[in-house]
Amino acid sequence: MQNTKNAKKEKLTWQEFRNSSSYFDKKSKALNGTKNALLAIFRFIVIVGISYVILAPVIGIISNSFFSRQDSINPMVFTIPINPTLERYTMAIKYMDYLPILGRTVVYVVGITLIQLLICSMVGYGFARFNFPFKGLLFGCVLVMIVVPLNTIQFPLYITFRYFNILPFTIAAAALGLAIAVMGLLDKGKGIRKALMLIAGLAVLGAGIYFTWQNLAAGHPTPNLLQTPWPTVIMSVFGCGLRSGLYIYIFNQFFRGLPKEIEEAALVDGASPGYTYFRIMLPNASPAVITVAVFSIVWQYNDSFFANTFNIPDSILITRKLDSLINVIANAEKVLTIREQQLYFDAGVVLVLVPVVLIYLILQRRFIEGVERSGIVG
Amino acid sequence: MTTAKKKRFSLSYEQRNAVRGYRFILPWLVGFAVFYVGCLIQLVTFSLSEINIDPGTGLRQETFVGLKNYIEAFTSHPTFKQVLTSSIIDMCIDLPMIIFFSLFVALLLNRKFKGRGLVRAIFFLPVILSADAVGSAITRATELMNAGISSSSAEMTQAGAVSVSYYMQLFGDLALPESVLQYIVDAVNRIGSIIKGSGVQIILFIAALQSIPGSLYEVAKIEGATGYETFWKVTFPMVMPHIITNTIYTLVDRFSTSEVVTLATRTYKELYNYGLSSAFSLVSTLITIAILGLIVYLLNKRAFYYN
Repeated sequence: MQNTKNAKKEKLTWQEFRNSSSYFDKKSKALNGTKNALLAIFRFIVIVGISYVILAPVIGIISNSFFSRQDSINPMVFTIPINPTLERYTMAIKYMDYLPILGRTVVYVVGITLIQLLICSMVGYGFARFNFPFKGLLFGCVLVMIVVPLNTIQFPLYITFRYFNILPFTIAAAALGLAIAVMGLLDKGKGIRKALMLIAGLAVLGAGIYFTWQNLAAGHPTPNLLQTPWPTVIMSVFGCGLRSGLYIYIFNQFFRGLPKEIEEAALVDGASPGYTYFRIMLPNASPAVITVAVFSIVWQYNDSFFANTFNIPDSILITRKLDSLINVIANAEKVLTIREQQLYFDAGVVLVLVPVVLIYLILQRRFIEGVERSGIVG
Repeated sequence: MTTAKKKRFSLSYEQRNAVRGYRFILPWLVGFAVFYVGCLIQLVTFSLSEINIDPGTGLRQETFVGLKNYIEAFTSHPTFKQVLTSSIIDMCIDLPMIIFFSLFVALLLNRKFKGRGLVRAIFFLPVILSADAVGSAITRATELMNAGISSSSAEMTQAGAVSVSYYMQLFGDLALPESVLQYIVDAVNRIGSIIKGSGVQIILFIAALQSIPGSLYEVAKIEGATGYETFWKVTFPMVMPHIITNTIYTLVDRFSTSEVVTLATRTYKELYNYGLSSAFSLVSTLITIAILGLIVYLLNKRAFYYN
């Protein structure tokens, strides 16, 4: 319609206008404009719809946590409370022992995350930059870790930590010490370096042998590590923590994408591989570090697999404390109606979620950039 | 370690490099040997034996019973076969839905628009809210919200809550095959769990879309390709390898939260039937890996690797 009006202004006949090039320009412009507008509307509707599905329960939980007793039994109240109260929160904080346990949870989660970052980046770097025998086979083992989840071996893991056998680790430490000492002995470097390697190697060898002997002398005890955080810590230190395979893969992909010239320059300047890794490669890997850190914090915080398999106590894991909140409050405060018990639980859920949501929001922008740059997808 | 001992004679550059490489992967190597290989071997032996653990002293007794646990799992166990098949069917239904949904959302979120960061945060929210206890609260809150909306809309309209049978009839009139209809109904029923299960996949697909070189789109535009053609000839082939990545992630993720894993957990934690639990774990994992291998093999044949 608009086109024909324009045509009249320019005093062209319809036929002439239709054959002119400006007609096609205008037609395609108008078509594109409409198409883009329709697409934008479509996108808006879809995004709002899906966001609603995700956000509705969250909004429901947050609003419920402010409901007072009257609101919860008043059928006219929907989402927005008439007499909002903070009582749910004060009770939930009191009975969850919120701040101390949250503090311990943060220490536990952040500690595990730091271990994961260090170990997985080291392993990823080793696979990305060095050639060694059986490299392909060993990297295949990393992929096996991704494909076979820990859930498969949950019962053997449970047994492993129920009767924790320290011997493989002490023997491995002794072998490692021996290797370091031998390498130190054969090292052609300066006297100090040689001496340091020898001393460190002999110390590790000695410690390994001592603990092996002590363990055997004491009748080979197998301590029960369940109900402590140690199983998670030990598995993370040895690169088998929660989704460690994925993190190793992410770091491997990222380091492979970095130019090799950086390390060659470092090598020419006389930096050792360890120095190159800690002072040059790791600081350059911040996108991958952020990505893995966010994944690790979020998954470790929400984890139920390690928590259930190893019976990690609720005094260091607030999500486990939340499980028992309803019963504790129902018994201690004589809250009998299920509806009201759930209001306390909702407050507890909000309290548990606040820290991890905050951490995510702080790291969010760099996280998305990190995923884009860290080449998980490469 | 073996390479270290060769150092008696001076090492070549490659040998030194190998020692350095092993030094970096050493912690993982020990952990993998002890925890993964050790536990997998244990899993196999456990599944072939009957295990008794004395609750008082904690002493463990293993007696070899051959395939008894497997025979029990497949013949006399009341629920294992049903749980296994339903878990696998669930995985197979969810997988294409999650992949298509997350690719679709990633395409929507890939363009620049106001509030994109916020929307991306919202779509990642299900991953943040994935704790077990939180999950139960969210399920209940969803029910409450739905009940609230349908009860208030019931007062306004005659129809009340959404009538599924009406839509079923509508689709039936379109003469869709029964199986397709069933799949659509299942998919609609699962929309919540599909949205919840695609947080990570969306992020991975967005990253994949960002990594497609812009020059390819320029060429397509100059050659006069339509948006539809550009998607199928440029975007989709470039995203194909990442579809494989996401398939692996999704299947493993679905498996580790599936019913059959829960059944294995319950079998050893509550019923103390350790051998049977190991057999459950082994069988379900092997089937999952077989499915995964098949899908990856089929996809890989069509995949195109840019680099």
